[in-house]
Amino acid sequence: MKKAVRMILSIALTAAMAVSLTACGGVTPASAPGTDAAAAPAATGGDTGKVFNIYCWNEEFKSRIEAHYPGYEATDATTGKIGDLTVNWVITPNQNNAYQNFLDETLLDQENKAVDDRIDMFLIEADYALKYVDTDYTLSVKDLGITDDELKNQYKYTQDIVTDSNGVLKGVSWQGCPGVLIYNRQAAKDIFGFDDPDKVQEKVKDWSTYNETAKAAKEAGYFMTSSFCDPYRVFSNNVSGPWVQDGKIVIDKNIDEWINYSKEWVDAEETNTYELWDSNTWAKGFYPEGKVFCYFGPAWFIDFSMSVDDEASIAHAGGWGACEGPQGYFWGGTWICGCSYSDNQDVVADIMRQMTTNEEIMTQIVKDDNDFVNNKPAMEAMAKDPDYKNEVLGGQNPLPMFCAGAEKIDLSNLSPYDQTCNEELQNAMRNYLNGNGTLEEAMDLFYKAVEEKHPELTH
Amino acid sequence: MRKKAVSHNIWGYIFLIPFVVVYLIFQFVPLASTIWNSLFENYRSGLNQIGPNFVGLDNFKEIFRNPDLWLYTKNTIIMWIACFIPQIILSLLLAAWFTDPSLRLKAQGFFKTVIYLPNLIMASAFAMLFYALFSVNGPINSIFMQLGILSQPFNFLQTVWSARGLVALMNLIMWFGNTTILLMAGMLGIDPSLFEAAEVDGATSTQIFIRITLPLLRPILVYVMITSLIGGLQMFDVPQVLTNTTGDPMRTTMTLIMYLNKHLYSKNYGMGGALSVLMFIVTGLLSLLVYRFSTEKKS
Repeated sequence: MKKAVRMILSIALTAAMAVSLTACGGVTPASAPGTDAAAAPAATGGDTGKVFNIYCWNEEFKSRIEAHYPGYEATDATTGKIGDLTVNWVITPNQNNAYQNFLDETLLDQENKAVDDRIDMFLIEADYALKYVDTDYTLSVKDLGITDDELKNQYKYTQDIVTDSNGVLKGVSWQGCPGVLIYNRQAAKDIFGFDDPDKVQEKVKDWSTYNETAKAAKEAGYFMTSSFCDPYRVFSNNVSGPWVQDGKIVIDKNIDEWINYSKEWVDAEETNTYELWDSNTWAKGFYPEGKVFCYFGPAWFIDFSMSVDDEASIAHAGGWGACEGPQGYFWGGTWICGCSYSDNQDVVADIMRQMTTNEEIMTQIVKDDNDFVNNKPAMEAMAKDPDYKNEVLGGQNPLPMFCAGAEKIDLSNLSPYDQTCNEELQNAMRNYLNGNGTLEEAMDLFYKAVEEKHPELTH
Repeated sequence: MRKKAVSHNIWGYIFLIPFVVVYLIFQFVPLASTIWNSLFENYRSGLNQIGPNFVGLDNFKEIFRNPDLWLYTKNTIIMWIACFIPQIILSLLLAAWFTDPSLRLKAQGFFKTVIYLPNLIMASAFAMLFYALFSVNGPINSIFMQLGILSQPFNFLQTVWSARGLVALMNLIMWFGNTTILLMAGMLGIDPSLFEAAEVDGATSTQIFIRITLPLLRPILVYVMITSLIGGLQMFDVPQVLTNTTGDPMRTTMTLIMYLNKHLYSKNYGMGGALSVLMFIVTGLLSLLVYRFSTEKKS
């Protein structure tokens, strides 16, 4: 009998384990935001908390604040002080969407949080900006007291990304992210015999010349790019319509073109099928033995991603050069949003003001960190400054190129699904290019993966 | 005169309370709510909640309409078999050696500990390690190329058989120690006089193993197989981390639970719940089988 009881219990236990995976949190439906969040407490004045919570996914913004925000004192790795206000950095790396998952749960639960635990400020990226901007969780920049006049020096595209469907600006950025083609100078010498940016530009000025160069690079023992995903943004930023139109996933002809080119490049072994950011494979090209001719990236990529701190890297030796590449594009960027539940909105406003409109501070960011800042007069002045040199680029001043690129960026085709579509398309195409399936099967895989993540979509 | 009966049963129930309470809160309530959730359309689009709207069995219909369910079931079963067959052979061999007193194996305690150790490593850490080892530029490829076995790096994680094989291999390494210990317990439970009698009659050790050990070990073998199958159906952590959540190539390493996890991106408790309920039914049936088997023995 005892045995029987134990057996029944163990059966129930095992079975329960199988299902408890999904069970967490599913019982109570979360209240629908957007409808009632308009009544969110705008607790300006009166009782303000003593903790300022900033949610983000890496150290970039923190290091900018530490170095450039007047009056900020770092206490330890995750906290700091502005006056008598404690600044608390909540950094969640964005692996497998962890940052957004955490941010979403916290945002949806703001009403139940103590004043000091509420989010004051959070950071977002272009690929999913609309997901947050189009809700009442983000504060209108104008309501924070920042006038259009103060914002007039910013690049227009940086404001378009974070403008909601009613035309209200909901966030600001300190950086602009026009992208360029970043080439390995040694490789350029080996392939062409010269490494001058203007001359190299002639070799990659459009896609057919680019393809010629890829062949030449291969003969010289170099991969044109580390992965077929490297040039992806150049195509995806120049599409004629958004990813999702009327609830349907639409493949733009530019995306088709990227797929066709990718097939050519991979078949000719001019590039690889690595995943972006994979340090074991893709990032090997940051070192001379990786034998990669070029990467595509904006200013933050050059200064933040190319292992400049590692003595063995090409970046450390200043061995990169930059030219415009076949087509203009942008990639990434970080936007600052004020959370509508913030109890320190004056501080939110001041950080936005200092970091994104103060020309003096922004010029200093360029000088110290080689970032491309979101301030036209500052950038144009720096572009003409003969003393400004980017060490990673071997002393080249890439700012004129970035300035020209930033003016041309067009973001009318953004959708809230961009992140999912970009990631899943690259993964599906990796399967196709590795010969694991036909193009049709890979497209099915793409649609399937997107529709799993967003059940409301069809194709 | 009536005799006053003293009953101690009450203590039994009191001692059961902690378990029952924990079971009800952490197992039964989630179980019931999962079944309840499977009947609703309930997901999140961005920060907007859709539903919950009662849809009856629509989620189940949707799952069965999706031909991929069978692919994921097939993947799971293939990877489980590829892990289980070598595992049971290896474990039987090791258990037979460890329990055979005539071999006089030295440092048994050490080896028993060592074979169990891989189970103590977190599956995700183990998978990360394999991911690095078997990547295109990884050490395994460079060793093979230096030895002249390969002329080009082999893309282990983008080839169906090797990706599935790696998942099976990792599960094998993690679980053979556990199985060995279970089988050893079973073998030590066999009456030693049977072995002695067989030896006196001149049976070889192979004959003893096949004719005496294996038949008497059958209940334990069935138990090991069914529990391993239940564990196999829930295979998740190793392929999830090894393939970076994609189930590459072309989702041939995507298991049922990985598929379930895909629905949790949009907090799709309806579809996730429906899939869980199906898994619950299958697992429940398998568990019943073990139960049936272990009670039949006595009657």
